[in-house]
Amino acid sequence: MLQFLIRRLLWAVFLFLAATLITYVIFYVVPADPAKQMCGRACTQEDVARVAHHLGLDRPVYEQYGRYLWQLVGHQSLGTSYTTRQEVNHIIAQTAPVTASLVFGGAFFWLLLSIPVGILSALRARSIGDRAAMVFVLVGVSAHPVWIGLILSYFLGYRLHVTPIAGYCDFFNPSLGSDCGGPVQWAYHMILPWMTFMLLFAALYVRLIRANVMETMTEDYVRTARAKGASEHRVLSQHVLRNSMLPIVTILGMDIGLALGGAIFTESVFSLPGLGRQVLQSYSNFDLPVILGVVVFSTICIIIFNLVVDVLYAVLDPRIRLE
Amino acid sequence: MDPLLVVENLQKFFPITKGILLKKEVGSVKAVDDVSFTVERGETLGIVGESGCGKSTLARCVMRLLDPTGGSIVFDERDITRLSRSEMRPVRRELMMVFQDPYASLNGRKRVGFIVAEPLDVHGIGTEAERKRRVQELLEVVGLNPEHYNRFPHEFSGGQRQRIGIARALAVNPKMIVCDEPVSALDVSVQAQILNLLKDLQSEFGLTYIFIAHDLNVVRHISDRVMVMYLGKVAEVADGKTLYTEPKHPYTGALLSAVPIPDPTLGRQRKQIVLEGDVPSPINPPAACRFHPRCPRFHAGTCDVDEPQLRPFAPGHEAACHFPLEHWPMTVDEVSRAAERVAS
Amino acid sequence: MTATLEVEDLRTSFRTDDGIVKAVDGVSFSVDKGRTLGIVGESGSGKSVTCLTVMGLNDKRLATSSGSVRFGGEEILGASSDKLRKVRGDRIAMIFQDPMTSLNPVKSIGWQLEEAVLVHQDVTRSLAHARALELLNAVGIPHADTRISDYPHQFSGGMRQRVMIAMALVNNPDILIADEPTTALDVTTQAQILRLMQKLQDEFRMAIVMITHDLGVIAEIADDIVVMYAGKVVEQASAEDLFERPQHPYTWGLLGSLPRLTGQTERLYQIPGQPPSLLRPPSGCAFHPRCEFTFERCRAEVPELVAFGEPGHRHRCFLDNARRQQIWEAKKLEIKGEAA
Repeated sequence: MLQFLIRRLLWAVFLFLAATLITYVIFYVVPADPAKQMCGRACTQEDVARVAHHLGLDRPVYEQYGRYLWQLVGHQSLGTSYTTRQEVNHIIAQTAPVTASLVFGGAFFWLLLSIPVGILSALRARSIGDRAAMVFVLVGVSAHPVWIGLILSYFLGYRLHVTPIAGYCDFFNPSLGSDCGGPVQWAYHMILPWMTFMLLFAALYVRLIRANVMETMTEDYVRTARAKGASEHRVLSQHVLRNSMLPIVTILGMDIGLALGGAIFTESVFSLPGLGRQVLQSYSNFDLPVILGVVVFSTICIIIFNLVVDVLYAVLDPRIRLE
Repeated sequence: MDPLLVVENLQKFFPITKGILLKKEVGSVKAVDDVSFTVERGETLGIVGESGCGKSTLARCVMRLLDPTGGSIVFDERDITRLSRSEMRPVRRELMMVFQDPYASLNGRKRVGFIVAEPLDVHGIGTEAERKRRVQELLEVVGLNPEHYNRFPHEFSGGQRQRIGIARALAVNPKMIVCDEPVSALDVSVQAQILNLLKDLQSEFGLTYIFIAHDLNVVRHISDRVMVMYLGKVAEVADGKTLYTEPKHPYTGALLSAVPIPDPTLGRQRKQIVLEGDVPSPINPPAACRFHPRCPRFHAGTCDVDEPQLRPFAPGHEAACHFPLEHWPMTVDEVSRAAERVAS
Repeated sequence: MTATLEVEDLRTSFRTDDGIVKAVDGVSFSVDKGRTLGIVGESGSGKSVTCLTVMGLNDKRLATSSGSVRFGGEEILGASSDKLRKVRGDRIAMIFQDPMTSLNPVKSIGWQLEEAVLVHQDVTRSLAHARALELLNAVGIPHADTRISDYPHQFSGGMRQRVMIAMALVNNPDILIADEPTTALDVTTQAQILRLMQKLQDEFRMAIVMITHDLGVIAEIADDIVVMYAGKVVEQASAEDLFERPQHPYTWGLLGSLPRLTGQTERLYQIPGQPPSLLRPPSGCAFHPRCEFTFERCRAEVPELVAFGEPGHRHRCFLDNARRQQIWEAKKLEIKGEAA
């Protein structure tokens, strides 16, 4: 087990280095002149050259990367935005909680929905309820989050006034630029985004859980449990569910990573000031440090999350734990 | 004496690595450890043993599906031990294999005609029309309807699928066929059909067989000579009749007494040696004689110190044991001594 | 004297996408305490389904059963699920073929053994634990006190089967049903397990129903034997009787197709064709398409079970007794594989 952990940690470090390197190379090799961006329109050639030197852009790429890494690891700094001159760390500190609310809140709700629906579908396979669930799956998988978001926001928000159409409220206090705050307002404003965001994943998970549970029900050890005289309830809770949910843990880790990417759509539709929207904005401004900062931050998060999930899986499955 | 296959000191070790970044070899699974035998042209050599004895690994080494770690394999007077893939190609026409699982060894998405013709295709034999004719011929030879050329494997029963596998092996007129547990997955009545078929084909086409199985009855029936393996080594080799009437190695004796006899009166009369414990893992085999911890005839100081070598007891009968069985069936005394040893 | 288990005219059909499959078609037998009944048959014979029906373990949505299963005089076929659950694992226990997949991989074997106790007895966990330990020792697991907290994948095949047996016997059942318990094991391990089962049978005074396709195993362990083919019993007799004086052509075929250690036969006596489809079974006697001795009546009518010879010996064949003895005498050597 210890070996497994150490190996995973080393692998995580390696992944981190690889991801940052690739991102760095892509962005700094792209034919856009960061120095010019930073300097602004009114700069002359000499000014740009001076800025370039100041930014270290006239050094070889590997040296730039090295300095970036050093800045990152040694000073824990992601740089400074070209456009707003803000510390990227600060920008991320402001936007990350929004995305986290969306993603983790969404994950919570998608699991809340998909687990019971998936299990019930499996237990009552081919019944009306099961077939309805499968239709739901089809719709959820096929419909694009943007389309869903717009439809929901139109009907529930605009027409029926059940939920707000857009905007974000801070969980703790009213933040700059908005007039609402506190947990209730936060949740209220997140309802539509959560629904939009979770639909796709809920659909996928219903299908996955249903398949897993159905397969586990046919396993020999479930038959053994019945042969022992265990009640159907016991067979389900102790034997079927625990075993069929195990693979979900790993997949969840992977999907959170994907979800971070998908968050962009939902954040755009509902104007949530999260990482996704931040990236979109920075992209149109070519604000490279911010883009890079978001990518690095997300990568770190995904790597950590997957590591946690892997370790959790090893803890839950004695076959891996006791190798 | 016309050996088709000569295997000498064959070894196949699978390394076990440990380590976080740089994997270091800390040991190895000695799946086949210094095995030598010959197979005469036209005969059937049966290889029998329990799990972990190495018989399947041995088969795959002979077929060069695995690369041996040491030793040599000489097939039809040609050393095939270290031939490259392309060099092995022409050899593979002569050396074919029939597998255990009739459900897994046929590609379910291909038609039977394609499956049986594939070896012909691979070796570039015959035109398409000639191949088709050959396939139909083969289907008939193995007792299937040649008109089922276009059917899929799932339309056949287990026994029929095994026949397809055999037809496939025969397609290129091989000299030798290695059969790896070909009847283990079949019902008893179907098993008899396949065994009879294999025998018929052998006389009709002058084939040489290596027949691997864990069922002693089956091996006895079809083999001319039988080799008993235990934990990667050869325990005993003899012709069919002698092995079963005068075994020398105590493991052979234990195997023979463990085989259930389909005759209640005979069965209850016989004196059984029942071995205790499980077959040990080939990762850490016991020192010297691999069988010594479970052996009813163990003598401390010899069996756990010196590894017994294969030595002849009669022409064609060899066993690797310091204290071979003296009588068979064992006398009452011997059985009780064995039971005591086993109990301790 | 009421037999421990009495099965009468048991029938089970399955609803499949291709039609109705009559897996068990009128099977009757009984087992007494301390005796072993062997059920022999090949794939599709219905031997496993028979026992799953007795235990009530078939999928209720797909399977319909009729007939009577009396355990200790009480009818349990069609009984309420509660009643069945009380009996399963407590009075009637079952073990299956593959011990690797039959044990829950993420629970320790101690937990699984304790579950078997706790489901039926209202005792503390420590008492259940003690009982589990007792059984592990009884089945010969070395260092049981430490191994009880190990997981299934940490045991070898033979050890796992012992664990399964321990789990089945933990509540002192009256009957143990064993569905091909040694098929997946090595021959020396098989010998150990069979020995163990016989020893435990004496200790626990229970009845054993052993399902297998291996006639050798049956000969070793069974007192009485039932031979099944295509869902029906084609012959039943005491073990001695069945091997000395088999009456049904299928039994002859089975005995003859066995390669034997003592045999000298060049060719095995083979039954032509393969086991019948249960979706569209042959008319009349299900065995007739593969039988050497078939005649008109065999195709038209389904033979009933008739008594013959020793009490308890019954077979399902239209051949008249004189003709049958004639055939048997002629074929005896070939079938029993003895040297001429």
